Amino acid sequence: MSDIIQKVKNLSIGFKSKKGEEILILKNISTKIKKGETVGIVGESGSGKSTLALAMMGYVKHGLYTIGGECEFNSSNLLNMKSKDLEKIRGRKIAMIPQNAGQALTPNLKIGYQIDEALQLHSDLSEKEREKKISELLNKVRLPSPETIALRYPHELSGGQQQRVAVAMALAGTPDLLLLDEPTTGLDVTTQAHVLELLNFIAKDTGTSMVYVSHDLGAIAQVSDRIIVMYSGEIVLEGPSRDILKRPIHPYTHGLLKSIPKLSLAGLPESMPGSQPQPGIIQSGCSFFDRCNFSEDKCKNNSPQLEFLKELNTSVRCFNYEKLLKESQVNQNVNKIKNNSKDKEILNLSEVSISYAKQKLLDQIFNRISDDNPTVKDININIKKGETIALVGESGSGKSTILKSIAGLLRTKDGFIRFDENRNLSSDLKERNPNDLRIIQLIFQNPDESLNPNHTVEEIIAQPLKLYFGLKGEELNKNIIDLLQKVRLGEFYMSRYPRQLSGGEKQRVAVARAFAAKPDIILCDEVTSALDVSVQAAVLNLLQQLKEDFGTTYIFVSHDLAVVRAISDRVAVLYQGRLCEVGPSNDVYKFPSHPYTEVLLGAVLEPDPDIKPKLVAEDIVEEKPPEKGCSFQGRCSRILGDICKKDIPPWQLTDSGNAIRCHIPIKELQKEQF
Amino acid sequence: MLFLIIKRILLGFITLFIVSLITFVGTEILPGDACTTYLERQAFGEQLEACYRRLGLNVPAYERYVSWAVNAIQGDFGYSLSGEMPIKEVLGPRIKNSLVLASAAIFIGIPIALILGIVTALWRDKLPDVAISTVTIFAMTIPEFISATLLILIIAIWLEWLPGIVIVPTDVSFLELLPNIILPVIAIAMIMTAHMARMVRSSVIQVMASEYVQMAILKGVPYWKMVFKHVLPNALLPAINVVALTIAWLLGGVVVTEVVFNYPGLGRLVIESISNRDLPTVQALAIILASIYVSINLLADLMTLMLNPRLKTLQIRK
Repeated sequence: MSDIIQKVKNLSIGFKSKKGEEILILKNISTKIKKGETVGIVGESGSGKSTLALAMMGYVKHGLYTIGGECEFNSSNLLNMKSKDLEKIRGRKIAMIPQNAGQALTPNLKIGYQIDEALQLHSDLSEKEREKKISELLNKVRLPSPETIALRYPHELSGGQQQRVAVAMALAGTPDLLLLDEPTTGLDVTTQAHVLELLNFIAKDTGTSMVYVSHDLGAIAQVSDRIIVMYSGEIVLEGPSRDILKRPIHPYTHGLLKSIPKLSLAGLPESMPGSQPQPGIIQSGCSFFDRCNFSEDKCKNNSPQLEFLKELNTSVRCFNYEKLLKESQVNQNVNKIKNNSKDKEILNLSEVSISYAKQKLLDQIFNRISDDNPTVKDININIKKGETIALVGESGSGKSTILKSIAGLLRTKDGFIRFDENRNLSSDLKERNPNDLRIIQLIFQNPDESLNPNHTVEEIIAQPLKLYFGLKGEELNKNIIDLLQKVRLGEFYMSRYPRQLSGGEKQRVAVARAFAAKPDIILCDEVTSALDVSVQAAVLNLLQQLKEDFGTTYIFVSHDLAVVRAISDRVAVLYQGRLCEVGPSNDVYKFPSHPYTEVLLGAVLEPDPDIKPKLVAEDIVEEKPPEKGCSFQGRCSRILGDICKKDIPPWQLTDSGNAIRCHIPIKELQKEQF
Repeated sequence: MLFLIIKRILLGFITLFIVSLITFVGTEILPGDACTTYLERQAFGEQLEACYRRLGLNVPAYERYVSWAVNAIQGDFGYSLSGEMPIKEVLGPRIKNSLVLASAAIFIGIPIALILGIVTALWRDKLPDVAISTVTIFAMTIPEFISATLLILIIAIWLEWLPGIVIVPTDVSFLELLPNIILPVIAIAMIMTAHMARMVRSSVIQVMASEYVQMAILKGVPYWKMVFKHVLPNALLPAINVVALTIAWLLGGVVVTEVVFNYPGLGRLVIESISNRDLPTVQALAIILASIYVSINLLADLMTLMLNPRLKTLQIRK
């Protein structure tokens, strides 16, 4: 038994509701972590996965308390240990890598000090030795020039660098067990792939056990040996990672895998209806019953127990797992999206440049913008009526900036934005007339912030109806109900406040609000990135349906290339505010042509242990675009030489109508690098 | 950084200029002037003319403003009407007295407020928090004229430990003044401390709930080290501005308390000169109070800038 490092026994954690009832967040969890293994814990938000990981460090958040059970580390229960003894284990035996390193590093302390603190606490090194060790650690997590990084404050580093510092800090105590709470969520695709690769390397190099908590099956697939799937505070499936990803025998995991868009499949994945039950709702039967496609009558009133299947080395909480055993693979059905774009052009961006530079007094007086190297430059895109065009790129690529300019929230420096072939849209919101404002609507990333918490759903949707169409009374009411039905929400939602809705429902309300204005163009800014995977598929399907019904044009911004693949007709790839490649999504994805597109596609994490990300370029962040030559010269692995640094590359057309901006000839580009 | 400081100081002077203009224009618009007030029923004919000439009121307003401003910069605010003495001399001891009262309240009140705020936050919802929070909320809600009167009644009249009201000459020495200020200081410190303790409490609680504090705990940092290294520097930063405003408020004269205790500070001078229609003094007071607010806020902003690495780099980068 000595190879078991952490044992969780019948753990229940919960809180007392206002009425004094005990509400469970974790329900009777038991599992074991072996030495040297990496266990992935996956689940939707609210499934209790983070609470479980924190409990493995003997930490229970303010407001929660342990109801029963133990977390045993080295045969002592962490949950009733004195804080003196816990301090000796935390950081030294078990270390945590947090979700958001930017928030988890103390803002007023230098990086070097924060790592040194861990060394002071957990090693006997002298000051000189510690100094050396800090450099070593920063080197190990592949941060450039460790000596200067150590003297910086957390906010002076990029997101990826902060995350690396957090890893270095966790490694300082040479722990036996590393807990990782969504360590790559919120990072760019390329950075995410690099950090994961680093973690894999560290696991192999140090032999540390890892518990990797994430909602992202793609990330979990890359690192873990074993996977625990959580649903509503329970373990529903636990087994070897390959089996779980290839042949999930629990309906929830099955549905989850089906709802994830994949790079290899064009089209929208099936969505999983419903949502996870709120904690405290007492159900007599299986907690997944409402959403299950395989349920029977007995599932309604009897809750299944976690059953260990010896031959598969898997535990499953389902009466009907045998049905799924027979299905050999997850057959992903996608609804091919119809490309209903017309020939008619609806929006034309020509030579658009946008600058964030602070304006000098003289420029302010003459009301002009002078900046030789603007954030966004030379954007030429024709958008056809009824098409979905996606803008992709890492953070800082200018995709949201362009969206803001189209919406009129940001002045353009140069160029025109034309609507319907001849109508110039002023780049200043104040100068647009109400109809110009109506035709372009925005859906934001985070519905928690874009919906006014003090307005009911009725008021939220009524606003554009009143503003643009002057509706009132009975007619207004009818329209609101109509819109709610279109986004598949019942009439009874009208009196609810945003806080009473789930994440997916809130985003539906935001969609309804956008459609209330009967717009021609809807700008979607990362509309699914704040949502759980199962909800994401439903929202994507809804957007597609509405588009087909109304003939709306979408400009879709996302960092998730698989989502873009699923919904878009055309893709524009941006780097540092310059276009790299524009083309039909089939072609952009099939022939990775521009070197940057290749980098992005290579870094996508798929929920399949056999598809490993390819790391082509470094994930360095450049602060501003280069002044001369190709925007991607700094990171390009296929750089030709001086020509890339001097001249702006020409547009080259492929046979399929894909435009690529690169000095390398098309024929050369079509040869794949790997 | 230097540029920023210079910019802020310049802005401060502009603020003072505007304040001086407003007070000057304000006093001009009001019916009557220094002479009519001073001479009362004799304010006509020869005598009025003579008075105008003596006080220099017989020239156009803008000229008077300029000469007044030039003198004011040199510290000469002209003559007070009530005492017929230079305002400089009237103000001097008043400022000193206000400073004594304010610094006593600050040196006693701020440390207590910090300690109470931190204790209540760290023992949140436990007995120390519940007990102290009840008292502070109570202290916050009682208006100072009531607490001051009660203090006089209990300590000065029933117990006869300390003088109830201050009946000493304005320019008394510090040692003689000392027993007199104890009760006013208690009355002021009660409200001030309570307010600040509540603010510190919520700020510490907010930082305690932050992810970096959770991270420090999970790193194995011992509790008190965590509190002093990770929590307090971040929690007390926003307190600096509140402390600054409190200090400015104290220096500017805690009018009610000074009146109740008959304390010869700036606050009472404000009341007195307004009721005497002593406009030159009111003008001088407005400028002085404004400069106190401006300079203390400037100091506080600079201090926050120094202590917050985030703002520091942001400013340098700009």
